[in-house]
Amino acid sequence: MSTNKVQIALVLPDLLGTYGDFGNAVVLEKRMTWRGIPAEIVNIRFGEPVPNSCDIYVVGGGEDTAQTLAVRHLRDHPGMQHAAARGAVILGVCAGIQIFGESFTRADQVTHPGLGLIDSTSHAGGSRAIGEVIATAAGGLFEGLLTGFENHQGRTVLGPSARPLAHVKVGTGNDGSVEGAVQGRILCTYLHGPVLPRNPQIADLLIEWATGTKPAPLDLPAVTRLRTERAKSAGVPL
Amino acid sequence: MPNTPGADPARLPLRTAAAVRLGNMSSKLSQKMGLGAGGMIGGRVALRLDPQALAHLTSGRQVALVTGTNGKTTSTMMLSRAMSFLGEVATNHGGANMPDGHVTALSKQPDAPYAVLEVDEGYFPEVVRAASPAVAVLLNLSRDQLDRVGEVRTIEKSLRTALTSVTGVVVANCDDIMVTSAARDSAKVVWVATGTGWHNDAASCPRCGDPIRWEGEHWHCTGCDLARPRPDWVTGDGYLVAPNSQKVELSLRLPGKFNQANAVMATAAAAALGVPIEEAVQRLRAVSNVAGRYRTIQRSGHRARLLLSKNPAGWSETLTVVREADHPAVLVINAQEADGRDLSWLWDVPFERLRGRQVIASGERATDLAVRLTYAEVEHTIVPDPLLAIDAMPPGPVEVIANYTAFRDLNARAAQ
Repeated sequence: MSTNKVQIALVLPDLLGTYGDFGNAVVLEKRMTWRGIPAEIVNIRFGEPVPNSCDIYVVGGGEDTAQTLAVRHLRDHPGMQHAAARGAVILGVCAGIQIFGESFTRADQVTHPGLGLIDSTSHAGGSRAIGEVIATAAGGLFEGLLTGFENHQGRTVLGPSARPLAHVKVGTGNDGSVEGAVQGRILCTYLHGPVLPRNPQIADLLIEWATGTKPAPLDLPAVTRLRTERAKSAGVPL
Repeated sequence: MPNTPGADPARLPLRTAAAVRLGNMSSKLSQKMGLGAGGMIGGRVALRLDPQALAHLTSGRQVALVTGTNGKTTSTMMLSRAMSFLGEVATNHGGANMPDGHVTALSKQPDAPYAVLEVDEGYFPEVVRAASPAVAVLLNLSRDQLDRVGEVRTIEKSLRTALTSVTGVVVANCDDIMVTSAARDSAKVVWVATGTGWHNDAASCPRCGDPIRWEGEHWHCTGCDLARPRPDWVTGDGYLVAPNSQKVELSLRLPGKFNQANAVMATAAAAALGVPIEEAVQRLRAVSNVAGRYRTIQRSGHRARLLLSKNPAGWSETLTVVREADHPAVLVINAQEADGRDLSWLWDVPFERLRGRQVIASGERATDLAVRLTYAEVEHTIVPDPLLAIDAMPPGPVEVIANYTAFRDLNARAAQ
């Protein structure tokens, strides 16, 4: 850690913050500070350099234009990629999963190079995937169900170096079968909601990766109640 | 008085006249059978029978259209009041803001020479084509119902294209980057500095994508020539400054800075149609309750003020209004189709401002809100039924903030 606080970089919230993904950074910060682990959110705005010294990087969803601008900015200021090379933790949501890959192809068939952080390619699907998602952990990576809300046109194909985060039970995810990607300490998902408030076990997994210690249990009744409600509404008992 | 054009029903094409008659009958039937307020069904029937009904019903009238993400219903009511100085005004009170709602409203007042129509952003191009407005009012553009309406930049581009065909006056908020981009290419624009705008969706230029830079109230794109235009009208704290430098006190009964912005937009639009400024302001001052919004209900020893907020920009403004006193707050959240099914936007609302206040999370999605409040470190309890939530508060004033269907249902139940 570069300072005595765990630094959570909220990357380009003004471009990639369309779907409340700021909430992911808040959840990480609160779940650490409530357990006595000092943490802070560092906003990295469009037009500003990206530091390579943060411990966790959170990248959210955005519109097509914003996504292209974000890639350009992150390529010009490669602090996050440098941090990834030394093992920093990165969460990529929606646009995040697309721009972290080798390439992404839009509905207009133009292919854009990605940041090459994970072994994947993305392309535009026929229809927009919108709605609640329920998925189960792939490879025992986390406990319980993964729940969230998806709203994307992209479909993602993983290469051999990346593995899926979960198997889809309800919804679309990457391709109707698997959801998200994990490669090293980079975790990607199509799910909003935002994803971490709905899935505290994923938040704690990222905290464990960042601090090297499994965090103490933290029981939030509202979160448990929400997970039960969302799973029930999707027709899957939690 | 200007010459008053009319939409004499006798002069409507036969097909439209028949469609309007059948539509009006359907509205009345719908009301009688208790199926609804009749705000849309009549228009839906009429449009099915005559797809050109909107064009025919607006033909010969002076039409003002009001669109934007927030404040449409309030601004439409204000503008219709202000325009009543000129003559009878047909308007779609109550938020039925798609073409079927417009046809219903116009059919009910076939002789009104003026019309003020609130228009859903997504339908704006279609309505512009049909109605050839004398004035188009563009309030603000920010994220709202992303799963239904779509993304802000897409809306901005479609409004921009539609506005270039408007030969009348475009009244636009120059403190909103998206609105400025949408309105700038129009033939005649009146710019209003409202002092309000949600900047989180506009870090990058809607024209070229480069970063936008703010210096005080001014903003400009660092890559192209898009910049804040010089305002013709300015909104001050409780007053407006007109293009002739005349300062007029607003003295509104509606609370909040955003209602002052709505009032100045409405006044500028009314002035473009020939209403004297003082006459316009005097008429919109009287507005105290817009389709139930801002009204206070008495219930079980409580005086509950009902406030509607639908999206992050709206909630942010409303949280500023309730900050004026430390009253307990009931927050009501639904996620039906008309609200948008995705509640991610709750995380864009600065609920942290409610810390230390007595708060109840309510509505069909009270639990989603409870999680948000937990992480905002706002102490709260959960009572899903909003009326019971009001009852659970200590006697006295209560602020009730609800999103669209939650507000609609609460308002209907409170009226019983």
